[in-house]
Amino acid sequence: MTNTEPSNSQQAKSSVKRSLPIVENFTRRAVVKGGFATLGAAAFVAAVSPLRQAAKSTTAVEFMQQHYTELSPEQKADVIARLEAETKEKYGADVTIADDRPIPGTKFVYAINLSVCNGNGKCVEACHKENNHDRSTNQSYIRVIEMPKGTMDMEKGSTTYSGIVPKDDKFYLPVQCQQCDEPPCVDVCPVKATWKEEDGIVVVDYNWCIGCRYCEAACPYHARRFNWKQPEVPAEEINPDQSYLSNRVRPVGVVEKCTYCLHRTRRGKLPACLEACPTGARVFGNILDKNSNIRWILENKRVYILKEELGTKPAFFYYFD
Amino acid sequence: MPRIASLFFAVLLCLFASMALAALWQSGMRANTPTNGAAEPQVSQASVHSNEAHPVIIRKPSGPPRIELAGHDPQGRTASVACSTCHSVRQANLENKTAATLDEFHQGMTFNHGNITCYACHNPNESDALRLADGSSVAYENVMTLCSQCHSKQAESFAHGAHGGMNGHWDLSRGPQMKNNCIDCHVPHVPKYPKMIVGFKPKDRFNEPSTAEHQQEGTAAHDEH
Repeated sequence: MTNTEPSNSQQAKSSVKRSLPIVENFTRRAVVKGGFATLGAAAFVAAVSPLRQAAKSTTAVEFMQQHYTELSPEQKADVIARLEAETKEKYGADVTIADDRPIPGTKFVYAINLSVCNGNGKCVEACHKENNHDRSTNQSYIRVIEMPKGTMDMEKGSTTYSGIVPKDDKFYLPVQCQQCDEPPCVDVCPVKATWKEEDGIVVVDYNWCIGCRYCEAACPYHARRFNWKQPEVPAEEINPDQSYLSNRVRPVGVVEKCTYCLHRTRRGKLPACLEACPTGARVFGNILDKNSNIRWILENKRVYILKEELGTKPAFFYYFD
Repeated sequence: MPRIASLFFAVLLCLFASMALAALWQSGMRANTPTNGAAEPQVSQASVHSNEAHPVIIRKPSGPPRIELAGHDPQGRTASVACSTCHSVRQANLENKTAATLDEFHQGMTFNHGNITCYACHNPNESDALRLADGSSVAYENVMTLCSQCHSKQAESFAHGAHGGMNGHWDLSRGPQMKNNCIDCHVPHVPKYPKMIVGFKPKDRFNEPSTAEHQQEGTAAHDEH
């Protein structure tokens, strides 16, 4: 009973005095210290536990991947090969992921004829399929807003309309990323995972994004989407024509956005939403080309810029006939 | 205690050292990138010069319409005839405006295209062709010439890609572009673009009804289905 650990000198003293075997061997300070040390250790374990979780879904190579703009061509090739293999493994689809770079001398601009758009939503569906969006949520980069006539205030509209369109007292405002020249979403990104490219397209490096969703909050057009879960797409529905910065299947927990279908437009093709539009309301082109459709519209039609007062300078115009 | 403190200090030191190393590495990488970027424009300059290599193809309608005969021959076969089969032996009623005032053919045809007569567009002298305002004949395939006489605003917009659907390429140096013609979207006799039914809807938070008013709208529309 009296025999305690001899290594402690305090303990030795107390045993000499033959007092009761109380916890005099720990000073209060030591107890408090120990308590806090335990708490600290526990907090640390709790704090790094997401990392341990991430380790299960993330390979070391993926974790160590550099920012897109800092990858050498060889590194890019490795990354793309890995992503293609991952898509094959997870989705069972053979895809090709290209690294489409801007065409020099282009600045992409979009225009929508609001006098013609009838809100049928074919563009929304085309985007969903083209960009390998999650099937269960019907995710899409485009939102068509049914607006009461007489206002351009986006917040007064509704996206829940259904049935026969167009309704007589409404007009329809399709909203997607406006590829702003002063993009607030790029400014707020704490890790520079999103940036504006030379042809005006604001892109995201989905492997560099940390999923903080600041950009989603910063965007006045509600154009960004967050991957709450791993997208589910059946193998036969996967669009195999992909690009690293565009429509490759995105990982869970990252923000994604419209890229004007850069995997198509940087190869000279029209965006998927435009091709799907049955009313012909959508116009796409290179504003630096003097003879382009888009230049003619800006020079000859009544053109409206959504939330112009915010100074975001969109590369997206709405016009009326 | 001092041992823990020194350990902590050592960890901090390592952290700073690794941060400095990483920063050095990144700045080195950044210095490399501009050289890559400078090399890029020269490569694709060539493709810009070979401009307008591909055409804009406007889809043409198939030729003059054929009329399906209602009856069958003894073998049960149907047949179709050209407009001129009947119209070449009939007197043209230049004043007629709707199918309602006809007593034999074209019964039940709806017409809602302004206050114009049949022979404003159809050719009384050549039934398998159309007629321009100056009386000259124009083939069914070139219907856009006919439409453009009145709808010049739309024709102008069409010419600049601001009216009518298209697909293919925006960049004609890389591929052709296909465009619809007028009657791909507008039925000539009832040219108003038809109403459509909304199909696909994303399920995102902006689709959640934000007010009771929206809720009612939504359910009402659902009931219509």
